[in-house]
Amino acid sequence: MKLYAVAAFALLTLISCSSDKPPAAATTELAPTGPALSPDEANGATLTGKVAFTGAKPPLSMIDMSANPACERAHKDAPLAAEDIVVNPNGTLKYVFVWVKSGLPANQRWAIPATPVVLDQSGCQYKPHMIGVMTGQNVELRNSDPTNHNIHPQPSLNPEWNDSQAPGGDPKFKTFARQEIMIPVKCNVHPWMRSFIGAVNHPFFAVTGDDGTFTIVGLPPGTYVIQTWHEKFGTVEQTVTVGAKEHKAVDFSYKG
Amino acid sequence: MHLTNVGPLWLRRYALAVSGCTLLLLIAGGLVTSNDAALSVPDWPTSWGSLFPPLQGGIRYEFAHRVLALLATLMTIGLALAMRTRLAWTALLAVAAQAALGGAGVLLAEPLWIAIAHACLGQLQFGLVVAVTAQAFGATPSLSRPLIFALILAQTALGAAVRYGVIGLAAHLGGALVATLYLMWVSLSLLMNNMDNPSVRRPAMLLLSLTFSQVFLGIASYMARVVYVNAPQPMPLLIFFTVAHVAFGSLVFGAAVLFTTLARPQQLPVSGGPVSGVVTA
Repeated sequence: MKLYAVAAFALLTLISCSSDKPPAAATTELAPTGPALSPDEANGATLTGKVAFTGAKPPLSMIDMSANPACERAHKDAPLAAEDIVVNPNGTLKYVFVWVKSGLPANQRWAIPATPVVLDQSGCQYKPHMIGVMTGQNVELRNSDPTNHNIHPQPSLNPEWNDSQAPGGDPKFKTFARQEIMIPVKCNVHPWMRSFIGAVNHPFFAVTGDDGTFTIVGLPPGTYVIQTWHEKFGTVEQTVTVGAKEHKAVDFSYKG
Repeated sequence: MHLTNVGPLWLRRYALAVSGCTLLLLIAGGLVTSNDAALSVPDWPTSWGSLFPPLQGGIRYEFAHRVLALLATLMTIGLALAMRTRLAWTALLAVAAQAALGGAGVLLAEPLWIAIAHACLGQLQFGLVVAVTAQAFGATPSLSRPLIFALILAQTALGAAVRYGVIGLAAHLGGALVATLYLMWVSLSLLMNNMDNPSVRRPAMLLLSLTFSQVFLGIASYMARVVYVNAPQPMPLLIFFTVAHVAFGSLVFGAAVLFTTLARPQQLPVSGGPVSGVVTA
């Protein structure tokens, strides 16, 4: 009987200390109504800006791909560095997600682009490292490598899934139903592979590139909270007001 | 000592082999978790739709874990059929439940509660197999000190919860302090009065030395985590210390089973004289 008592204690211990991921903050979402709009590039406002990086440039973290010879061969001439912090030559930051956090009409429907956003697995890394999609928009997952990958997003608000993709296999198409900033994606076959997906329920978002700049077009006149998100440095917010056809610059900065 | 019904030599050796295989299975499980490879094979019971998947990257660890799990299950079935004791059937039940948990974890993209339960049940399974092995050697496993097992299992659960980010480190550290102090008190108090009695001294010394090693490995794995957690994985030092911490946690549990089974001074010859059916392993 004592054995079963210990087993019962173990079970109770498990139950007491285990739980699923903490729920993300609930957001009040009104059911969108009316016709679905696309960004009005002709009459809407354009937000441009850059995300600067100040402080000492962090050293590159080189990736050891010896666990898989196919991956190692893909980078035999130049070992690959992790893309968690990429400081551009002009002192800006790459892979920062910029989006309109609030200010848009809550009940406005936005047209979902028919074109999928591509997330490729090439050279045993995700290309690109960060993408943004609209909720309901297809993400096209490709495997361009001569090796197997699994794609494993770990969202908090959307359902978690895990899917395999063999080399040369057909692309897979996935959608995210709920807005979520951000969804980490990993490959359990190659533990260094990481990517992030921003799922937004409107089309006003961007990811900074090689020059650290971003552009958001067709924004209706109004006052908005613009948020930037970086996987290591977190979030920064600014409030901006734009008028019709206005071009406005808004810059952000992270300190290393 | 309770060595009244010593099994035949082949059975004792076989039981030891089952214990060894179960420990290897736990180490393989630690390698899977430390390499973040648990979901590198997204299907179960097949692996990438076949019996033999391409052994690349994390798939190697997950597939080795599955093969060892199959082997341990088959060996435990054999042990249960040979022993036919309630403890042996319980060990078989535990290995079956553990396999089901592992499969469910893969198919459900590993919810955290399944991952933590899988870690704890694995250790319980190892303890049960060690107890059955002790039975094969003629001993009568005892739960005379259930708090030892409760504390170690709680530590396993807390450690797994820390690893999966469910809780902070403080609870695991506090638990380590309590468990270590209790194990020291229990084993040292027995040792002080029975230093001349090898049947007490050996399991007590084994439990003490493994516990101290486990504390050291816990500190080392934490420091490795602090240094390497943000680096691109895999990081060999982080994996080594984490897997060693998992393995020694299981060994401490197994040693606790032996300690409570064998170290019973009140039923031993006072001077440690000859005992029938002495454990020769």
